[in-house]
Amino acid sequence: MLGLDRKDFILLLVVFALVVLAPFLLNPFPTNSAMAQFNAGYPDLMQRFVIFGIFAIGFNLLFGLTGYLSFGHAAFLGVGSYSAVWMFKLLSMSVVPAIIASVIASGIFALLIGYISLRRTGIYFSILTLAFAQMSFNLAYSVLTPITNGETGLQITLADPRILGVTATESGSIPVTNLLGAEMRSTYIMDVGTWAFQFNVGYYVCAAIMLLAFYVSVRIFRSPFGLMLRAIKANKTRLNYTGLNIRPYTLAVFVISGMYAGLAGGLMASMDPLAGAERMQWTASGEVVLMTILGGAGTLIGPVLGAGVIKYFENIFSKINSSVLESWFAFMPENMQHAAVYVSEHFVGPGWHLTLGLLFMLVVTFLPGGLVEGGQRLSRLFRRKPQKDAARDSTQSNPAE
Amino acid sequence: MGILEVKNVGKRFGGLKALSDVNLSVAENSVHAIIGPNGAGKSTLLNCLVGKLIPDTGSVMFDGQSVLGRKPYQINQMGISRVFQTPEIFGDLTVMENMMIPCFAKRDGAFELNPIRAITAQKDIIAHAESVLADMNLLEKRDMHSASMSRGDKRRLEIAMCLAQEPRLLLLDEPTAGMARADTNNTIELLKEIRDKRNITIVIIEHDMHVVFSLAERITVLAQGTPLVEDVPAKIKGHPKVREAYLGESQPA
Repeated sequence: MLGLDRKDFILLLVVFALVVLAPFLLNPFPTNSAMAQFNAGYPDLMQRFVIFGIFAIGFNLLFGLTGYLSFGHAAFLGVGSYSAVWMFKLLSMSVVPAIIASVIASGIFALLIGYISLRRTGIYFSILTLAFAQMSFNLAYSVLTPITNGETGLQITLADPRILGVTATESGSIPVTNLLGAEMRSTYIMDVGTWAFQFNVGYYVCAAIMLLAFYVSVRIFRSPFGLMLRAIKANKTRLNYTGLNIRPYTLAVFVISGMYAGLAGGLMASMDPLAGAERMQWTASGEVVLMTILGGAGTLIGPVLGAGVIKYFENIFSKINSSVLESWFAFMPENMQHAAVYVSEHFVGPGWHLTLGLLFMLVVTFLPGGLVEGGQRLSRLFRRKPQKDAARDSTQSNPAE
Repeated sequence: MGILEVKNVGKRFGGLKALSDVNLSVAENSVHAIIGPNGAGKSTLLNCLVGKLIPDTGSVMFDGQSVLGRKPYQINQMGISRVFQTPEIFGDLTVMENMMIPCFAKRDGAFELNPIRAITAQKDIIAHAESVLADMNLLEKRDMHSASMSRGDKRRLEIAMCLAQEPRLLLLDEPTAGMARADTNNTIELLKEIRDKRNITIVIIEHDMHVVFSLAERITVLAQGTPLVEDVPAKIKGHPKVREAYLGESQPA
């Protein structure tokens, strides 16, 4: 179905269901309960889940599939964001031209950087991409201020021309981003008992694009092109002596991967129309590496999982402060409570990076294949018995044949 | 005029003369062996043929065309395939996937952006890969992870991958290095079969005299970067210069 085999089609259906039902799944706790702070089902965070999912899917094509570790992918994210905001300033507040422009601009940018960086492999390639990304960051931060508005960041203003749209709304305020008139920020809140499920237009636009991006990535994985990329990762020497030119393949995947990053950047700007240089920082590039490895590099669904986990930590654990902790440990005697709070507060709030770091260490040490490998081990644990039965069945059926 | 003509090839690495004045003529559809002690320049010569190294002097002509200045993948497309001393296969891929890559290379050339049609829908490629695997007795291992195969099977797979491209010239770099006697004999049988069944020229570099004398039609002896003698196996065995330079006291029976 859709050109996929059964297993991949089921995976696509599962991802589709998860994405569509996310407002329910991410909101398991009633709004007034103590656990409500663990709810992730609000528009801003859900949008980030899918946008960074796109970013990580694209990065995985380059890193997981082809084996080229780029340390500068955030540059393409930034280029995408800037192009999208410029579309909002010049054309209209519709997200369609913005997203198209962000994909094209980042693709061209990736072609330039890839053409030079891909002359080297391994660590030298990583360093080259890192250098280019830091260069882009500095250009955006200071040199190219007329285009990027420097450290303030690029924003839309009431003075923008917007030749296809309106400069200002009738009430005199800045218009908002929309798709065919549906505003990205508009949210429908469904109250069920004490639960409040939020359905956001922007989230579903991002989710639809993420599903498309995921589908394209599955098709690339299963295509002859994808086989060549895996072969590049496995053995470049053999490929060279098999009459295949590696450069066009790596350049093609680098550009595709850059376009995914640009798409993610364009969507970020479409949800919240501003773009700052910090999106191109090396920390942002490092984050997508973490996402991909944490979820499982080279797997289809891994990068999306990794992006979700990291964004969840970043937004949920960072909000827990010492007063929340005090209420959690309130059942303890006072001294113990203080001690418990003292220890655990280093792992939450601003210290959420510590928790993430520990999690990352554990995953990389014990599950080199990432969270996906963890899932596979679990399912194997449950399936072990049926497999034995199947083996016995097949040996029994052999004589009959 | 042979299919492969090497004329006056010389190569220096700094002060070391790896090759000097090498002349070699390989007749079409023959098996030509290059032997010589360690450091004689056998592998350097092979690297000059496939474009990994560029000789300082001389010319290398394949089928009337110069290979010099071409990249390894371009030389491969002229019809030269190489088997390495340690098998170079795609270890992360299954046997079948390994086989499909040279099949794609043969059908589509150096680069084909073919991102949409699934591999499983490429019936012609699958049929081609399976027929070569069947020839090499590897068909039952088609779904095996290629890195987990035995060394002999890896070698067999590498040869199969080269044959799938239907090359005119097959270069073998010590195909039996590090193999047990039984595996060596299997490889000899395999190569004999390839020699007899296909229109193919084979150049083989080998240490094992048993292999060389059971396969080769002509033998070139290299010593210190220069060809010492070139002749049919029977003459090489008794040649005094060869004994002195290479075979030493342990002359083969």
